[in-house]
Amino acid sequence: MLTQKQILAWLEEVKDPEIPVLSLVDLGIINTVEVNDNQVKIEITPTFVGCPALEVMRQDIKDTLLKHGARSVEVEVNYKQPWTSDRLSERGREALRQFGLAPPPKGKVLVEDLEVLENVPCPRCGSTRTGLKNPFGPTLCRSIHYCMDCREAFEQFKPV
Amino acid sequence: MNETALKELLYKLADDKLIIGHRNSEWTGMGPLLEEDIAFSSMAQDKIGQSYALYQMLQGLGEQDPDIVAFMRNADQFHNCIFAELPNGEYDFSLMRHFLFDTAEAIRFDMLTRSAYSPLAELSIKIRAELRYHTLHANTWIKKLGTATEESITRLQTALNEALPYALGIFEESPYEEEIKDSGLFEGEKLLLERWMEQVEQILKDTHLKLPDWSNLKPVTGGRVGRHSEHLQPLLDEMSEVFRSDPGAEW
Repeated sequence: MLTQKQILAWLEEVKDPEIPVLSLVDLGIINTVEVNDNQVKIEITPTFVGCPALEVMRQDIKDTLLKHGARSVEVEVNYKQPWTSDRLSERGREALRQFGLAPPPKGKVLVEDLEVLENVPCPRCGSTRTGLKNPFGPTLCRSIHYCMDCREAFEQFKPV
Repeated sequence: MNETALKELLYKLADDKLIIGHRNSEWTGMGPLLEEDIAFSSMAQDKIGQSYALYQMLQGLGEQDPDIVAFMRNADQFHNCIFAELPNGEYDFSLMRHFLFDTAEAIRFDMLTRSAYSPLAELSIKIRAELRYHTLHANTWIKKLGTATEESITRLQTALNEALPYALGIFEESPYEEEIKDSGLFEGEKLLLERWMEQVEQILKDTHLKLPDWSNLKPVTGGRVGRHSEHLQPLLDEMSEVFRSDPGAEW
């Protein structure tokens, strides 16, 4: 008999298709997991409403759980508990850093001023002598920055 | 709850986003700076994604599939404001429209976080946070170019004068305005307009741009009831060309 704990452990294997070091659990988009007689029902919520990776994630969740022996998997997308960047786990934040992406500052989910995007610590050298180049980046969830010490650009997972 | 009024509200929100999103996407590959190219493209993706979420909500209320709704209707079935459908013009006009339109949209979705229709209130919390980046982007450039050179100030002033009557058309009231307000779906266009004027004045006072007397402006309306400018149908023809060539195709 499958348990919720077991399902969550398997979901660790499912990664964000745009950031393949980050599991969906650490990303914080899994809202609920219900298991009933090996039938699984999961509610997820996107990081950005227009996230094009959503359908891929939904399919990856299904494939992974079916492979491990779930009898059926239903994935519902809703906004009952909307995602904020504060839902990234500590392990997820560290994985972002290792990947070369600066994690978002905490507690800044309703950005008041672009100032919060200035002086983001560089994921390579840790320097805060950095500047915002563009609040929009290569994916909806990333902004572009420049490190004055590395003399190189880097990206940040945006606070939202 | 009056379902007709709710649907009318959702169509208005979704159509505004789809059409302005399409216009934003026309800057992809054409921006005056790579930075701006990326910004308008990202905002396009946000807005079209948000319109999709709203069309899905409508589908849950018995309306057609989002692709059919987006690509198979004619201009007179769209509820977006005329302002959203105007051609991009030069960058000065696009930037000014972005500022005036997104300021209104950000306030609108803040108000909608208090909607009595909970799926809309929940989605609006998410959209509100995303729109912050759009308004911060607009405000930054308006303040920068609105205080830069004589040319940038003159160009923005001309764009502002041209855009304002259309911008006021954003706030055209719904045929169901009273029901929408009474049932708590949305606090209404009048309140939104008041807050928008305050916010626009607030940002523009840090620039050399001059607002005309509001009372001398005549709003360009009709979009909310399907009476559009000549610019919408060509936009829809282009946007839906691929879909309409084979509506049943599996992608």
